Amino acid sequence: MRTADWRNRDHPSYWAFLVHRVSGLTLALFLPLHFWVLGRALAGEAALDEFLRWTEQPLVKASEVALVFLLAAHLAGGLRLLLIEFVGWRRQAKQSWVAIAAGVALFCALAFALNLY
Amino acid sequence: MAMREPELLEVDVWRSGGDAGGQFRTYAVPREDAQTVLDVVTWIQRKLDPTLAYRFACRVGMCGSCAMTVNGRARWTCRTHVAKVARGNRLQIAPLANLPVVRDLVVDMRAFFDKWAKAGGQFTPTASRRDDFVRVAPDTPARREVDAAIECIGCGVCYASCDIVAWNPAYLGPAALNRAWTLQNDVRDGDHPARLAAVAGDAGCHACHTQAACTERCPKQLSPTTSIAGLKRMTARAALKGEL
Amino acid sequence: MSARSETRLWLAQRASAAVLALCVLVHLATMIVAVKGGLTAAEILGRTRGNPAWAAFYAVFVAAVAIHAPIGLRTIASEWLQWRGRGADAFWLVVGAALFAIGIRAVAAVVL
Repeated sequence: MRTADWRNRDHPSYWAFLVHRVSGLTLALFLPLHFWVLGRALAGEAALDEFLRWTEQPLVKASEVALVFLLAAHLAGGLRLLLIEFVGWRRQAKQSWVAIAAGVALFCALAFALNLY
Repeated sequence: MAMREPELLEVDVWRSGGDAGGQFRTYAVPREDAQTVLDVVTWIQRKLDPTLAYRFACRVGMCGSCAMTVNGRARWTCRTHVAKVARGNRLQIAPLANLPVVRDLVVDMRAFFDKWAKAGGQFTPTASRRDDFVRVAPDTPARREVDAAIECIGCGVCYASCDIVAWNPAYLGPAALNRAWTLQNDVRDGDHPARLAAVAGDAGCHACHTQAACTERCPKQLSPTTSIAGLKRMTARAALKGEL
Repeated sequence: MSARSETRLWLAQRASAAVLALCVLVHLATMIVAVKGGLTAAEILGRTRGNPAWAAFYAVFVAAVAIHAPIGLRTIASEWLQWRGRGADAFWLVVGAALFAIGIRAVAAVVL
């Protein structure tokens, strides 16, 4: 049995799926770390501040922007899915949905980055 | 006047055999006007290698038997013009994905049709020959849903294009679910609850992630994605009412 | 897992997604505003400590994500790692519970 390759996968809905899956996976893996950091506040403000200083490093900052992008992308992709599944798919509009989702995600990441730097 | 040399197509065709189960073999085929991919395969078999196995019947896009993978995408070869898909003068022709290869370009469609049956693809009548015809108004919402999805010819292009079929062997696939959707909207059918149970869950509509390769590739321009989304709503409603 | 349970899981993921859509919008807006001029613990805790509205918001956020994420991971593991069955289901249930626990702990840490 043969399986399809990337020549078959190269279309907007598939890329939307892939971004949704990879962003979801990354966010799920990041969550425990996020919760652990906030939990440091139990040990007082100083403990949390110590960690926040660590996040001033360029690489960490860049990862934060990436995470915000992934969160916004997952949100936009999720809204797209809810619209298709619950409101009804409009075949001719599918590429617009993908484009709108990508646009929203980029806008959020950019806004975050502009404030961060 | 000198004869013009015919332009040649370089065609890579999947041939069974060998350790890897098969490999591509290259054939040179003269190009012609209005030539279809099926014409190319037929020319190879008639003129170059009679052992090449492939399947076709009607040649006009009705029977659904000639689907193959052309340059990486599943297509009905009888209605696909070479001019539309050839890159330069090259073509790559392989059997459909996600189905076992019988030989060369022929795949075993058994899993495809078994799943069709598993999804409750058969009409269950509620009336007998003594009853009058049922009148189904063409503009009712249910009838419109059926209209939008009914033209499937069972070619297997969607099934071969779907990654979920490859990742989740139990998944019934786009064609079977699309068929089930038409019957769930058929007011004459008497098997709605059982069919709904058959298409719910991880082997059914809920496994679909809206990659929409089926809709992208369907030669009849159907949208199994829409049908599957409809089944998701229908099963969700039933589950909430405790009817599933 | 039965078709009925799978359908319910799917519904739970969509329902939690709808809740998360609102939560994430608020979260994104908060983040974009909050990082202006750098993040400090005093600033974060000043916003959240003793504030019942933020407490309720983050508790709902955590509950929804503890439902949403494990169902998604379960699907990915079944499709990409071929890991499915009762053992896998039990594992993802534990993941959900653990996520909820550390999430609520984090909420408590910033609001109490």
